Amino acid sequence: MRLAKSFVISAALLLGPGLIFGGTVSGKVTFTGTPVKAKTIDMSKEPSCAKAYSNPPVAESVVTGAGNTLENVVVYVSTGAPDETSAPSHAVTFEQKNCRYAPHVIAIQVNQELKVVNSDQTSHNIHPLARANREWNKSQPPGTPPLSEKFDKEEFIPVKCNVHPWMRGYLAVLTTSHYAITIDDGKFALPNLPPGKYTITAWHEDYGTRTADVTITGSETKSVDFSFAAKAY
Amino acid sequence: MGRAWNRHILRRWIRTRLLLGVFSALSAFAQETHVGNLTGHAAAGKQFYRRFCIGCHGPFGDGNGENAPWIDPKPRDFTSATFKCRSTPTGMLPTDQDLYNSVARGFTNSNMPHWDSLTRHSRVDLLAYIKTFSARWQTDKAGDVLQIPAEPPITIQSIAHGSELFQKLECWKCHGQQGRGDGPSASTLTDSRDNPIRPYNFAAGSDDSRFKCGAENQDIYKIFMTGLDGTPMPSFADVIQPDDAWDLVHFLRTLQVNRKSKENDALRTAGGKIPKVETKDAAPATAPPAQPDTKPPGAEK
Repeated sequence: MRLAKSFVISAALLLGPGLIFGGTVSGKVTFTGTPVKAKTIDMSKEPSCAKAYSNPPVAESVVTGAGNTLENVVVYVSTGAPDETSAPSHAVTFEQKNCRYAPHVIAIQVNQELKVVNSDQTSHNIHPLARANREWNKSQPPGTPPLSEKFDKEEFIPVKCNVHPWMRGYLAVLTTSHYAITIDDGKFALPNLPPGKYTITAWHEDYGTRTADVTITGSETKSVDFSFAAKAY
Repeated sequence: MGRAWNRHILRRWIRTRLLLGVFSALSAFAQETHVGNLTGHAAAGKQFYRRFCIGCHGPFGDGNGENAPWIDPKPRDFTSATFKCRSTPTGMLPTDQDLYNSVARGFTNSNMPHWDSLTRHSRVDLLAYIKTFSARWQTDKAGDVLQIPAEPPITIQSIAHGSELFQKLECWKCHGQQGRGDGPSASTLTDSRDNPIRPYNFAAGSDDSRFKCGAENQDIYKIFMTGLDGTPMPSFADVIQPDDAWDLVHFLRTLQVNRKSKENDALRTAGGKIPKVETKDAAPATAPPAQPDTKPPGAEK
């Protein structure tokens, strides 16, 4: 009996931290091949924004870093984690700054508040081109308060401004809080995963999606890398 | 086989028919339209869809009918339940009356005719059937119908204020300074399916025949308050006060330079030029940064 009890205690001590803190999936997102050269954006029709750029801005559909890393990739747990329908109480901000969206890609949970801010001196209209969610389109002149919106279905929603046709951004509406978006080093980390089998999906706006299956048993860190094939055009 | 067997078969037949009847009654109940004193039922509307609508709007209601590749603008995709002409906020479903008006009026300069050939009752049945193409009609809450305040008098001051709003809200970026649909952003506009689309040209023609969502002043009011979903035209409901909105409507009417209207009369009486007004508006301009006081304190002495 004492042996069983000490066994249970030591098992709890070993597994406990894993159960509380969970495992981590981390890795890097890279690409192979040569991405098409990013197009220069002509902002001459909107001088109030054009003047913010000393070098002409380029389109952000493919942003890369040193060592062939890929930026703006949303990496998230697509299966294995329970759906989280009660969203965090803080809002995610999507800013229209110098006639571009900052950040270019955001991740937000279902029913979490999206705050849209116009920091420019020109009007924008914020037009998420949703299919699964409702499609709405609102004007936001300069100096007006932020818009507050929510989405109730999982979807990767492209956003555009009709007045400024080069503006393009994405809202990754997810049912999980286990997500990360890569920056120039292409790295991501998904911590706090309880033991279980997971499918991790990496999404890029032009290059599509890649998935990987991963099993977490305790508090270990599993390394998963994603590689996308660059498109020639 | 015997009478017991016949009774068994009869009972089974009755039970199946009852179940089917209940099921179809429930589905039909789920898709109903109410316009005035008429109630439309989806089951009755299906025959009209298959006879009149399927050629453009397609068998699945997604706008991919046989005629669709050859026409512009493209037929409405009912599966997304996104509609242009509504009395409800952007992103919300239209009311049954909105749908009825669209079918009855048709869409000028498009292949959607005004359906005089359908009786009022057939139209409401048809609309109930159209609702079956999208689950949103069952899951989404109905939008709040836009409350339109009484129209204020048409005066040159109202027109002048409307002109100011046209500048401030940057309508001219798409519609152009004279409302000819030739603004700087006009040539790059696309609808939500990436089809090129042009902003409304107020100056062309001498009547209201090209307004797609109705031609009364309050129909124009509704357009910029609710936005035309699926197109680049956004909703300005969050950034314009209802009274200011009426001023904008009065100004827009003066862009229709060849149309006889009270607004054009008021403009002509005022000498044909819109006066400038003092700013008393909705959208606050960005304040200039405070200038530092260049004189050191005590320098006056």
